[in-house]
Amino acid sequence: MLNEKPTWKSSIKGWLYLLPMLAISLTFNIYPIIKSFLMSFYTKYDFYNDIVSAYGFSNFTYLWNDPDFHLAVRNTLIFVIGVVPLNVIISLAIALMLNKIKYVASAFRTIYFLPFVTSTVAIAQVWNWIYNADYGLLNYLLGLVGINPINWLNDPNWAMPALIIMSIWKGLGFNIVLFLVGLNNINTRYYQAAEIDGANSWHQFTNVTIPLLSPMTFLVTVNGVIGSFKVFDEIFALFQGSSGPSKSALTIVYYLYEKFYTEWKYGIAAASGVVLFFLILIVTLLQLWYSRKHVHY
Amino acid sequence: MKKVASVLRYLILTLGAIIMILPFFWMLSTSLKTQPETIQLPPVWIPKSLQWGNYVEAFKAAPFGRYFVNSVIVTVVTTIGQLFTSILAAFAFSKLRFWGRNLLFMIFLGTMMIPGEMLIIPNFVTLSNMHLVNTYGALILPWLASFFTVFTLRQTFNSVSDQTYYAAKIDGASDWKFLWHILVPMSKSTITAVTVLQVIGSWNSFMWPLIVTNDENMRTLPVGLQAFTTDAGTNFALLMAASTFVIIPMVVVYIFLQKYIIAGISNSGLKG
Repeated sequence: MLNEKPTWKSSIKGWLYLLPMLAISLTFNIYPIIKSFLMSFYTKYDFYNDIVSAYGFSNFTYLWNDPDFHLAVRNTLIFVIGVVPLNVIISLAIALMLNKIKYVASAFRTIYFLPFVTSTVAIAQVWNWIYNADYGLLNYLLGLVGINPINWLNDPNWAMPALIIMSIWKGLGFNIVLFLVGLNNINTRYYQAAEIDGANSWHQFTNVTIPLLSPMTFLVTVNGVIGSFKVFDEIFALFQGSSGPSKSALTIVYYLYEKFYTEWKYGIAAASGVVLFFLILIVTLLQLWYSRKHVHY
Repeated sequence: MKKVASVLRYLILTLGAIIMILPFFWMLSTSLKTQPETIQLPPVWIPKSLQWGNYVEAFKAAPFGRYFVNSVIVTVVTTIGQLFTSILAAFAFSKLRFWGRNLLFMIFLGTMMIPGEMLIIPNFVTLSNMHLVNTYGALILPWLASFFTVFTLRQTFNSVSDQTYYAAKIDGASDWKFLWHILVPMSKSTITAVTVLQVIGSWNSFMWPLIVTNDENMRTLPVGLQAFTTDAGTNFALLMAASTFVIIPMVVVYIFLQKYIIAGISNSGLKG
């Protein structure tokens, strides 16, 4: 039955089962994908009636010449570089420790994972309060070790670090869970073999754990990079509906939102989305290429 | 030596856990303070008398009841609807034979490469042409299909052997009966995991509801909370009380269904 060639009857049945998902998907996924690529070439667009009167490349030349967009790309890259490596290293270290301890490991895991299930907007209000320059908890704690108060959210130099710290805090739990899965999948025989060969624990770590964990490290990194490229909620909520002091936390998606929602420049917004897509694509391909050489499956 | 390492591990992990918990503790503590207590230095860790009234005041300061109902409706309908369309599609991809099956599957896999933020603009145009902006329709419709969910369920359905399917067919069960009476019950744990993750995602989602609702009555909790920050100003006790009741429902879900959430995430990791 299952290996038979499809017939008219079986095909109609198959498509009927697919129909509800297909109808929604065509309208709200497939069509908009094509549409947003087209829209990036619309130069005169009446969105009320969905009528296009001119096409061209001017949306892309606008982005090329817009200092705000340059800033958005730069800030996005800084955010990705600030969040992903630290997040991977810290979550790996915590997962390794959780994997070694005997008691209350699951209680620790519960706590570390908690931020993942909480609303970004709500928890960003809490961080906004913690970062408060005058009465914030963080400046108080830093004061105890002799560090002068920092104007976290209003000083353009500190806004991005504030955003990065909060994002790492929120994302750790997810990666820890994935690393724990990866560590559990390593067959203990490898460690036994290494021990017989006289490898000490450091050598076991570098020669067994790291290579055998590399597929998971790769997955966590790619996931993290893609997610960080699309950061928006955190910024909107932490900086109360702005892109930070002197746009110091303006990222690509935030730029897209502003062009689209506050300035109604749909063509430019769509073009910035296309740029985002290609940036993510290029970085993901680079990582794939790198993984071919360094990830051991 | 081994003992020292073990003690060190517990020490570091405990310190880390304190950092993870501190913002939640600070939120609760602030939400129960009097106004002067919130800005007192050195900070008050545990308020002298707990101001439960802050919660009542915050709840009345904005239409949070309405936001709550909206969030519940959007989350429940999105989750059930998406589950229904995904179960049918996953079954078709897993057990049925039809023309265009592999091509369609590849196309859907390809769409997962596209950042969802790109789709916001055309979807907004579509929905405003349908006159659905500021309705539950706009909040729910685009999320009724998720290829990620289809993909996850297909993997699980594939693990149920084709023999089981043959046997059921020979016994005279229709495809529809086989799907709902045999396949779905056999895949209960994956379905639960997918459901819980979807509930959390819908409840916390922000950018899309922000864009398609400018009518106060249609706001979901996160959007309503964000709007409330302007009204609350520097009244941090009220703001923290409001944040608490946005967060609490998902924390409760997490505490009771933690097993499934972790399993769901581990599954997505295993596939990669």
